[in-house]
Amino acid sequence: MTPTDLLYTKEHEWLRMDGEIGTIGITDHAQQELGDVVYIELPKPGATFDSGATFGSVESVKAVSELFMPVSGEVVEINEDLASGPEKINADPYGVGWMMRVRLKDKNETVGLMSARKYDEFTKEE
Amino acid sequence: MSPNKRTPLFAVHKGLGARLIPFGGWEMPVEYSGIAREHTAVRTTAGLFDVSHMGEFEVRGPEALDLIQHLTTNDVTRLADGQAQYSALAYPHGGVVDDVLVYRHNAENFMIVVNASNTGKDFEWIESHNRLDASVENISDETALLALQGPKAATILQPLTDIPLDSLAPYHFTRGKVLKVDAIVSRTGYTGEDGFELYCSAEGSEPVWKGLLDAGASSGLLPAGLGARNTLRLEARMLLYGNDMDGTTSLLEAGLGWIVKLEKGEFIGRDALLKQKKEGVRRRLVGFEMLGRDIARDHYPAFIHNREVGHVTSGSPSITLKKNIGLAYLPAEHASIGTTFQISVRSKLSEARIIRTPFYKRAES
Repeated sequence: MTPTDLLYTKEHEWLRMDGEIGTIGITDHAQQELGDVVYIELPKPGATFDSGATFGSVESVKAVSELFMPVSGEVVEINEDLASGPEKINADPYGVGWMMRVRLKDKNETVGLMSARKYDEFTKEE
Repeated sequence: MSPNKRTPLFAVHKGLGARLIPFGGWEMPVEYSGIAREHTAVRTTAGLFDVSHMGEFEVRGPEALDLIQHLTTNDVTRLADGQAQYSALAYPHGGVVDDVLVYRHNAENFMIVVNASNTGKDFEWIESHNRLDASVENISDETALLALQGPKAATILQPLTDIPLDSLAPYHFTRGKVLKVDAIVSRTGYTGEDGFELYCSAEGSEPVWKGLLDAGASSGLLPAGLGARNTLRLEARMLLYGNDMDGTTSLLEAGLGWIVKLEKGEFIGRDALLKQKKEGVRRRLVGFEMLGRDIARDHYPAFIHNREVGHVTSGSPSITLKKNIGLAYLPAEHASIGTTFQISVRSKLSEARIIRTPFYKRAES
């Protein structure tokens, strides 16, 4: 089930908005494609990125995948639990598997993101 | 591009919820319950693989032995009936056409098992050198191959077959029944564990597959895909054609000198390999571990003193050893155990160290 309260990118990240703070992770579809996640590389709080920039990477047993910013912003918090428990991304990608929180530079940027329904259509076509 | 081929068990894999991916011209299951779980099952209990995409040729007739001796680098005259041998087909310049298993039924009847993606190429290669007119038949399409691998493999298989498995030594095979289906049962595999490879007819594969999974469920047997097959073979330092060796690498560079029997007499590639052996090879395939948390993958470049000197051919997290390992070609003068070098991981250099292989060796029972 793709949560309907989130926004989605074509690179399979999700964004949960809460005021001017956005939480970012990867979708259930993405974690299934990757398989067992063994390592994640995330930036440090304070780093700033433009929308579409690579903010880190996630490694599974069989592949590495880059992570892309859904929006522009400054990293305010990263999920420290993933360093020792990267498998949380497989187990609960929309919950305890979240990756980081950012302060958005411009909330209007979220207009370009997909709804759950649109994202589901997009992954079916892929 | 022709569409990918499917094994006789394709629908069964779909029913088990396998993720299917294109691999060497085939649509194959890469994982069922997760690579790590399947890998661990093979190391601790057992896993069942469908590897029916592999190619099989029958070579028969009074000239069969001489033809295989001429085509392969290992010494096929050392085989007794019912014995299998790891070997290779070499080009005249010493490069690898393919790595193969040669099975001797008797002096006039052999089976050669080849890599799936090389089946067409290998068949043409063998036929083009068949100056002796041995009978060479491609039986790949009608032959299924299941691999039952892991410490519990024999315990799971024994009640289902009339073959006394205790008397089947490693790299030996025999014909018999498995779940009432005619099969060749071979004590071989590509995982570093004890196990069996079962050759049967395409139509016999489904009852054997399902019967094995049912019988083995209580022992922890899981269906396992190509993902786990790759991580298991890498830990055991078994090479993958197309990654760790190909037409541009020699068997000696790849560390496969033990299947090159220069003293056996004439064979294709012998002159080049003999010359290489005398002069020494310029590069070697080494096993390495990453010193940090980065994971090296296929094709990542390798550096020594900031100079690019080679590349990674296979790399992955080792699920059994809980570290990141791989194989890489390095100049021979930098290929000693303990040497550190760097691998470029997403444009930054990460430290790696050459270590002894196999990375994993099972405890002798």
